Amino acid sequence: MSSIGTGYDLSASQFSPDGRVFQVEYALKAVENSGTAIGIRGKDGIVFGVEKLVTSKLYETGANKRIFNIDRHIGMAVAGLLADARQIVETAREEAASYRSNYGTPIPLKHLTDRVSMFVHAYTLYSSVRPFGVSCLMGSYDPTDGPEMYVIDPSGVSFGYYGCAIGKAKQAAKTEIEKIKMKDMLCVDLVKEVAKIIYIVHDEVKDKNFELELSWVGDMTGGKHELVPKNVFTDAEKYAKESLEESDDSDDEDL
Amino acid sequence: MINMASIMTSKYLPAVSAETTGCVGRPDWLTSELSTGTTIAAIEFDGGVVIGADSRTTSGAYIANRVTDKLTKVTDYIYCCRSGSAADTQAVADIVNYHLNFYKMERGEEPLVKTAASTFRNLCYNNRDSLSAGILVAGWDKRNGGQVYTIPLGGMWTRMPVAIGGSGSTYLYGYVDANYKPGMGKDECLKFIANAISLAINRDGSSGGVIRLACITKDGVERHVLTGDQLPKFYEDS
Repeated sequence: MSSIGTGYDLSASQFSPDGRVFQVEYALKAVENSGTAIGIRGKDGIVFGVEKLVTSKLYETGANKRIFNIDRHIGMAVAGLLADARQIVETAREEAASYRSNYGTPIPLKHLTDRVSMFVHAYTLYSSVRPFGVSCLMGSYDPTDGPEMYVIDPSGVSFGYYGCAIGKAKQAAKTEIEKIKMKDMLCVDLVKEVAKIIYIVHDEVKDKNFELELSWVGDMTGGKHELVPKNVFTDAEKYAKESLEESDDSDDEDL
Repeated sequence: MINMASIMTSKYLPAVSAETTGCVGRPDWLTSELSTGTTIAAIEFDGGVVIGADSRTTSGAYIANRVTDKLTKVTDYIYCCRSGSAADTQAVADIVNYHLNFYKMERGEEPLVKTAASTFRNLCYNNRDSLSAGILVAGWDKRNGGQVYTIPLGGMWTRMPVAIGGSGSTYLYGYVDANYKPGMGKDECLKFIANAISLAINRDGSSGGVIRLACITKDGVERHVLTGDQLPKFYEDS
């Protein structure tokens, strides 16, 4: 799958003879090396789950969060280079704040997504900068328009989704997500499914330790994006671990 | 409340009394800034808004335009009523129109009335020292229905079910307080506004001419003009 772009991959301002911009493709690779992040759009809101890989036992728990608040009603989960991601978060926050100041209302998610996409895309045009090595999931809930979720990748392209995954196990996660009938499910149930999927796709062999991050925004939070409350988190994690054990048991029986 | 405001802005002239107007020296209408002396009013009802204004533009004592249109469109569903300096309010309304067009193109949907009002407010507040503009923003959007926002001189904004403005509005506070009731229908509102403007015209020298009315709903804008005999009549001592 991966090809070497010898000579045509030195800057983002160059096309290859077969019409590819290699620097952008390499940026996508950076995203694929990071821990998985998934988002699911349910009937009454959005749930995000992130597999935050922990490389050392000496780290403080809860440090280096990968889920951010852009405005009261919008959340963003990221995969890729965390430092690059923080730039994007800052830009998105400024954009949302200036919209609020000018127009007196919270920024609609589609509009913010377009603005952030344009910003990310701009960095794919010049040889003096490199593209962002980040994909972002953005979600919000509005009482009139309902829940919405978009993904922006390093090329600056964005799509709206009912369910999506980014990061190292995105293929496996997508398969799991497709099994869920999310359009009719409420967030209180989706939160458990999201936790379960993160636990399923996590590779115990290659990445020893990870922290689960869960956040949601929807009717149940009054339109506010926040990390899920402690009791919801504990229940979801318990459900996820139990589901894993069940499937482990059934494997043994087959033997 | 606010507002002896929006009376003719002859900031840079010495005070001119009625007896000396037009006498030796320069008549005031040669040097006064053009003012939409004015009476404006707007009211919300379930399903839209009704707005109204008089049609007199004065330059001192001279009536520069007796058939002015002070109800200015900023989008297909949002209008503003202008009072204060004619130049200032026209300039601000043009800029807001530009911004909202842009907004509509980018977002692919009609701007909210609140958005329009916020845009007006930002211009009026940030340039408060240079502007003399009292504006009512009124319209319909699909999220919140009919809304009226008032933006008086300093650039504050607030939503109100019924709002009045301009130099003639001082004579209407009693009428509005006594006669407004929530839950009025479209025709009642049209009558209410027409009556209000007519009463102000009878008392305020800076207001006169015809009564312009507009009704904005989800179906668009309906405009009316009341001329001469059509103006609502009230007790007159003759």
